[in-house]
Amino acid sequence: MDLDALTGCLASSACLVTQITSGFIIGMLLFLVAVGLTLIFGVLKVVNFSHGAFYMFGAYFAMTVYQLSGSFALAMLAGAVGTAIIGLIFERGFMSRVYGADVLMQLLVCYAFVLIFDDVVRMVWGPEFKSMGMPAAFQVMPLFIAGGVVPPYYLLLIGVALAAAVVLGLGLAQTRIGKVIRAAAHNPGMVSALGINTGLIYGGVFALGGMLAGLAGALAAPVRSLTPGMGFSVLIESFIVTVIGGMGSILGALIGALLIGLIRSFGTLGFPLFTEGLMYLFMVIVLVSRPTGLFGKEVA
Amino acid sequence: MTRTRKPGVSRRATLAMMGAGAVTFATPFGIPWVARAQAKTIKIGMPTILSGRVAQLGTSSRNAVMLEIEKVNAAGGLAGRTIEMVIRDSKGQPQEAARVARELVNTDGCEILIDAEASSGAFAVHEVARDLGVLCIHTNSETSALTADPKQHIPNAFRTARQGVHDSIVGGSYAAAIAKTKGLKKWATCSPDYAYGRDTTGEYVTYLKRFAPDVEIISESWPKLFQPDYTEVVTKILQAKPQALYSCLWGGDLTSYIDQANIYALFSQMEVFAVNMADYTALTVVKNLPKGIHSGNRYIKTYPATPENAAWGDAYKAKYGEYPTNWSWENATAIQLLAEASKKANSADGKKIAEVLRGLKIKSPFGADGTVTMRAEDQTLVGYAIGWGTTIPQEPYVPQVQAGDWKTIFELEAEWKKSKGYI
Repeated sequence: MDLDALTGCLASSACLVTQITSGFIIGMLLFLVAVGLTLIFGVLKVVNFSHGAFYMFGAYFAMTVYQLSGSFALAMLAGAVGTAIIGLIFERGFMSRVYGADVLMQLLVCYAFVLIFDDVVRMVWGPEFKSMGMPAAFQVMPLFIAGGVVPPYYLLLIGVALAAAVVLGLGLAQTRIGKVIRAAAHNPGMVSALGINTGLIYGGVFALGGMLAGLAGALAAPVRSLTPGMGFSVLIESFIVTVIGGMGSILGALIGALLIGLIRSFGTLGFPLFTEGLMYLFMVIVLVSRPTGLFGKEVA
Repeated sequence: MTRTRKPGVSRRATLAMMGAGAVTFATPFGIPWVARAQAKTIKIGMPTILSGRVAQLGTSSRNAVMLEIEKVNAAGGLAGRTIEMVIRDSKGQPQEAARVARELVNTDGCEILIDAEASSGAFAVHEVARDLGVLCIHTNSETSALTADPKQHIPNAFRTARQGVHDSIVGGSYAAAIAKTKGLKKWATCSPDYAYGRDTTGEYVTYLKRFAPDVEIISESWPKLFQPDYTEVVTKILQAKPQALYSCLWGGDLTSYIDQANIYALFSQMEVFAVNMADYTALTVVKNLPKGIHSGNRYIKTYPATPENAAWGDAYKAKYGEYPTNWSWENATAIQLLAEASKKANSADGKKIAEVLRGLKIKSPFGADGTVTMRAEDQTLVGYAIGWGTTIPQEPYVPQVQAGDWKTIFELEAEWKKSKGYI
C-alpha cells in the first residue's frame, strides 16, 4: 500500500490528468467489449461466453488489412465489419439453435467456440504473437495537458468509444429499429405476432455486439500484442463491468467500465500489489449492496 | 473312412499362438533379440508452451531441439538408440505442465524429460521429476533458485538455461557504470509478477546498488504475467519521474509494453534497461523499436562473434525461416550435452547420463570461450556468453556487446548464495 503516492497524485493536476486519461483508455476499450455483451444478453438473454473471441478477430482483421493497405481507417473498418459478419454467421448457424436451452448448454456451446475460434486464429495467423505497430500519424510526441501526459492516439480511442456509446444509446432510444429491438427484448412473442422477423433482429443484435467488440480489438491492435486466446482476459474484465453496471444496461456498461478503468489507474498508485483485487472487491461491494448491479433492473 | 477335423484349436493355430505368446512374454523377461528391437528408439518428452502469447518461444525451443536431434540421430542417436521426441503444449500453465510431464513419462514411455517451460511451469515439472526420478533438463527457466537453492536439488535434474543472478551481476555492473557516468540515481523497476520477475529484479537491484551505492529505487511495478494492458503501469512510472528504468518483461509482454510506452514517449524521458530486449523474438516483432535500449544478450548470432555461432544461427534460419531465440540456444545446448554425455557413458540410461553430465564441459557455439560446462555442484550451466549493450532498430540490433567476466560472476554468485543461506 502506498497511500502517499495516491494522495500526492490526487493533489497534482498533472498526475490527475495522466491517471484519469489512463483510466478512460482502459475503461473505454472495456466498454466497447462489455456493451456488446450486455446488449446480447439484454435482447437475446444469452450470456455470450465467446464474446472475447470477437475482440480477438477484430484485432487480427485490423492488423491484416493495415499490413495490406497501410490504411488505418480501413483497418478499423475491417476489424468492425469483419467481426460483425462473423457474429452474424455464428448466431444464425449455431447460437440460434440453443435459444431457450439450458444455460449450461449455452455456455458449453460458447466455450466450444472459444476454443475453435482460438484454433482458427492459430491456423490462419500462426501461434506466435504479432504486433500491428502504431500508424505513422500517431507516432508523435504526447500532448501535455496541465502537465499531464496524454497520447494523441488515446484521445482518438476515447473519442471513438464515446461516439459509439452515444450512437448506440440514441439509436436504441430514438429510432424505429431501436424501439423494435427493445420491444423484442421485452416481449419477443408479441413482436413476432406483429409480423416482425425476430430472427433478423437477433442476428442483427448479435452482429452489432460482435462489431463493437471487433472495433475494440481493432483499436487495441496498435498498442497490444496479438495472440490466439487474447480475448479471454478482456472477456473476464468485461463480465465484471457488465455485472457491476447491471446485465443488459448500456449506461451501466459505460459507467462500470469507466469505474474499473479508474480503479485500475489510481489503484496501481495506491495499492500496487492489490490492483486486481481492488477490481474484484469493488464488484463484490456493488453486488452485495445492489445485487442487480448499478443500473440493472429488478426481476419481478 | 472319412477324416474329420476335431473340434477345438488346430495345430497351426496353436503354433501361431505359441509364437505370439513367446514374443509377448519375452520382453519383460529380457530375451535379448526382442528387447534389442524395442530399445532401438528412446523417447524424450518435452512439455513446452505452444499456444498463447509466448508460443513463439515454445516453438523456437522445439525447433532448436529438432535441429540438434537430426544431427544426433544421423550420428547414431543416444548410444545407438534413435531419439524420438514427444512434444506437448502446456499452454504456459503450471498445472498443465506438471500433468503433461507426468503423462509423457507414465503414458508415452518417455525416458528423459526436456522441460522447456518458463519458470512459472518449471518448478511444477521439477516436482514431477523429483517424484518419478526421471532425468530432466530444465532448458528455459532462468529463476536462480531452481538450481541454487539446495531444497530444490535433486540428482536427476539439470539446467541449461542462463541464470537470473548471472545476468544481474553482469547487468548490474554494466548499469552501475552508466549510472555513475550519467548521474542516474533515481530508478524505477517494472517486471512480471512471478518467480522469475521478482527474483531477477531483486538480484539486479542488489548488484546495481553494490556497484553504484547512490542509486535509489523510487517506484516498483509488478504487472501480472501476460497482462494485456500496461497503460496504468506506464503512467505510474511517468508520475514517479525516474531517471532510469529496469525491466525483465519478455516476449509478447515486452513488445506490448514497448508499444504502449512508446506513445507516452517514455523511452525518451529515461534510460531504459530491459534485459530481454536483445532477442530476435522482440527485436523483429516490435514495429517501432526505440533506439538505445540497454539489454543483455539473449540470442544474437553476432554475439559471441564467432563463425560457429553465426553458422548455427544461419542454419536455424535456413531450416525454419526465422532467427532463433534465447530459448533456442538453451534447448540446443541440452541436446548437445545429452549427446556428449551419452557418448561418454556409452549408454542412454538416464542415471548413467546424469553421472557423466555432472561437471561435463563441451564445445559450444554459445560459450564465452567456445565451451560451456554443466557445473557439478548445482547442476546448472556456466560459461555461456553473457554481455550487455544498446539496441539499434536494424541488424545487427546490438552492434557492440560488453562481455561479462565469468571470474567476477563466480565470485559474486558465491557471495549471493551465502547471503541466501544456500551454501
